[in-house]
Amino acid sequence: MSRITECFDKLKSQGRKALIPYVTAGDPGPKVTLPLMHAMVESGADILELGIPFSDPMADGPVIQLACERALLHGTRLVDVLDIVAQFRETDKTTPVVLMGYLNPIEVMGYAVFAEKASAAGVDGVLTVDLPPEEAVEFNQLMKAANIDVIYLLAPTTEEERVKQVCAAGSGYVYYVSVKGVTGSASLNVAEVAEKLEMIRRHTDLPVGVGFGIRDDESARAVSEVADGVIVGSVLVNKIAELSGNQEQIPEAVAAITASMRQAMDK
Amino acid sequence: MPTKEDLAIAKQMPDAGGHFGDFGGRYVSETLMAALQQLEQTYEKLWRDPQFQAEFDYDLAHYVGRPSPLYHAERLSAELGGAQIYLKREDLNHTGAHKVNNTIGQALLAKHTGKPRVIAETGAGQHGVATATVAARLGLECQVYMGIEDVRRQALNVYRMKLLGAEVIAVESGTRTLKDAMNEAMRDWVTNVDNTFYIIGTAAGPHPYPKLVRDFQAIIGREARQQCLAQTGKLPDALIACVGGGSNAIGLFHPFIEDADVRMIGVEAGGYGIETGQHAAPLSAGEPGVLHGNRTYLMSDDAGQIIGTHSVSAGLDYPGVGPEHSYLKDIGRAEYVAINDDEALDAFRRLTQVEGIMPALESSHAVAEAIKMAPTMDKDQILLVNLSGRGDKDIHTVAEIDGIVV
Ligand SMILES: Cc1ncc(COP(=O)(O)O)c(C=O)c1O
Repeated sequence: MSRITECFDKLKSQGRKALIPYVTAGDPGPKVTLPLMHAMVESGADILELGIPFSDPMADGPVIQLACERALLHGTRLVDVLDIVAQFRETDKTTPVVLMGYLNPIEVMGYAVFAEKASAAGVDGVLTVDLPPEEAVEFNQLMKAANIDVIYLLAPTTEEERVKQVCAAGSGYVYYVSVKGVTGSASLNVAEVAEKLEMIRRHTDLPVGVGFGIRDDESARAVSEVADGVIVGSVLVNKIAELSGNQEQIPEAVAAITASMRQAMDK
Repeated sequence: MPTKEDLAIAKQMPDAGGHFGDFGGRYVSETLMAALQQLEQTYEKLWRDPQFQAEFDYDLAHYVGRPSPLYHAERLSAELGGAQIYLKREDLNHTGAHKVNNTIGQALLAKHTGKPRVIAETGAGQHGVATATVAARLGLECQVYMGIEDVRRQALNVYRMKLLGAEVIAVESGTRTLKDAMNEAMRDWVTNVDNTFYIIGTAAGPHPYPKLVRDFQAIIGREARQQCLAQTGKLPDALIACVGGGSNAIGLFHPFIEDADVRMIGVEAGGYGIETGQHAAPLSAGEPGVLHGNRTYLMSDDAGQIIGTHSVSAGLDYPGVGPEHSYLKDIGRAEYVAINDDEALDAFRRLTQVEGIMPALESSHAVAEAIKMAPTMDKDQILLVNLSGRGDKDIHTVAEIDGIVV
C-alpha cells in the first residue's frame, strides 16, 4: 500500500481530514524548503505537495508564478527538488510527498529516469498539471511500476462521463480544482463543491482533495466537512514571498498558518 | 526519403487525438478539456457543412480580398541570375497578412458557439489586429494579450487594435514576448471559459487548434498550387515560408505534401546566429518537449525550462513551433533552416528596392532564403515564396536600426 493510501486510511479511522499544504521547492532560497517541510509536518500537515519550479506555469496565478521565478533565479532544477525530498526522507519516513508541476522538466529528464529517481528519493505521488490521462498511458505505466501514485485533476467543467475515466486512471487521491481559474484567484463556493464531490464519489473510492480558493481557517474548515483533503497553496506562498528578505523566519511563520488551519479543521 | 505511402499518411494527419506522429496532442489542465472537446466537435461538424464552407469562402473573397496574387518577381530573379522567384502575396490581404484567413474562420466558429467574447495572443500584432478586426465586424468583445516588449516594438499595431475597439493587455511576466502572451491568454481562458472563445494565432496549441488553423490557412497553398500551374505549366521546385508558430508555412505546404518533387523549406529566425544561442529556431536547434498544450520541438535548457528567444521580428520570437512541422521534419518531408536578423534586414531592403514590395520582417526571412538559394539553381526552376505580410508595421524597427526617429 502506498504511503498516501495509508495516510488517508489512518485519518479516516480517526475521523479526520488531510491537510495538504503546497509550497514551491527552492522558493525563495535553496536552503528554506527542507526545514519548511518539517515545520509544516510538525504543525499538522498530513501530506506535502512540493512544486517543481517551471518557467511557464500556465495554470498558476501571479503568486505561484512569482514563486517559480524566485526559485529559478538561483536555478532550482528537478534534480534539486528530488534531492530535497531525499533529504526530507532521511528523518521523515511516513509523511507522503507529492510533486506537483508541469510536464516539460519531466519530459526532458525522461519518464523512466524520473520514475527511478523519484522512487529512490522517496516521492509518493506526482501531479502533472498539463498531462491529462489521455496523454499519460506510458507515463502511468512507468510511475505505477515505480510505486508512485499518479494524481489527476478534476475541474468544475469536467463532465460525469469523464470523471469516471479520470478517476480510473489515477491513484492515491484525486484533486478537485474548486474554481474555474488559475491558482490563487477566486474564492470557492462550498455548496457547489459539495454537490460536485457527491457526483465524483459515485464514480470512485479514491479520497478527494479540494484545492484552489482556500485562503483561511474558515474556508479550510468548511471544505474539510465535505472533502477528504484540504489543499492550500497561494496563502502560504504569499507568506513566503513576504518573508523572502528574512528567510530564517519562513518555516515558523508558514507553520503558524497550517497549525491554525489544522485546529479549525479538527474542531 | 518518405515513400508515397508515408506521404499519403502524412496528408491525413492528425489522428483522432490530434497527434502528428509523436507530436501534437492535448496537454492542458483539466479545466480546459471540456472546452477543447466542444471546440473539436463544433469544428468537425461545421468544416464538413457546405453552408459553413460557403460562408467562409464568401468572407475570404469579399472581406479579405482573395485569391491573393502569385507574382513573378522578375527583376529580383534576373538580378540573382538563377531560379525564378514567385511571391504569394498574402501581404495584400485585408489587414496586411495571412493571419486574417485564420481569424475569419475562428470568428465563424465563435459565432456558431454563441460566445460573446474573444481573446487572442499576439507577437507582431498582426494576429491581434486580425482578431480585433473580425471582432469589430461581428460585434464581439475582444481582448488581446501582448508581451510588453512587443507592445514597444509594434506600437503601430497596438494603436490599430485600440482603434478597432479591442483592449490590449501588456504582459509583463517571463520574457515579455509572445510565449508569455500565450501563457496569459491561457490563464484568461481557464478563468472565463464559459463565455470566451480563444482565437489562437498560429498552428500550435492543444488539439484541435493546430489542425483547424492549418485547414483555414491551407487556402494559401491551394491557390498557389493552381496559380503556379496556370502561370508556368508546372509545380514549383521548392516552397519557402517563414516559421514562427508555423501557420503561414503549413498553410502553404499542406496542399503540396503528396507532391514529392516539391521541396518544402521552412525558415526559422536565426536571430544573432544559431551559434550564439540568441535565436528562435527550435526546429534547427531545439529538442522535443511540451509547451502550450502540445508536444513539439522546443527551446528549453537541460532542466526543461523554456529559454528566452531572440529575433528582430516579433512574430517569429517564439520558443516552440506547431507540431505538424515537427512531424514533417522528422519524417523528412520538409526541411528547416535559419536566417539571421541581418540577412532578413538585407532582404527587407532588397525586395523593397528591387520590386517595390515591402515585406514584413517575418516574411523577409523567407525572402532571404530565396535570395540564398536562387543563384544555385537553373533559370527554369521555380521558388515559390510565401510573402506572409507587409512591412509597414516594421518601419519603426528598421528606422531604429538606421538610427532614425520616425
Ligand atoms: C507577417 C507574419 N508572418 C509570419 C508570422 C509568423 O507566424 P506563423 O509562423 O504562424 O505564420 C507572423 C506572426 O505574427 C506575421 O505577422
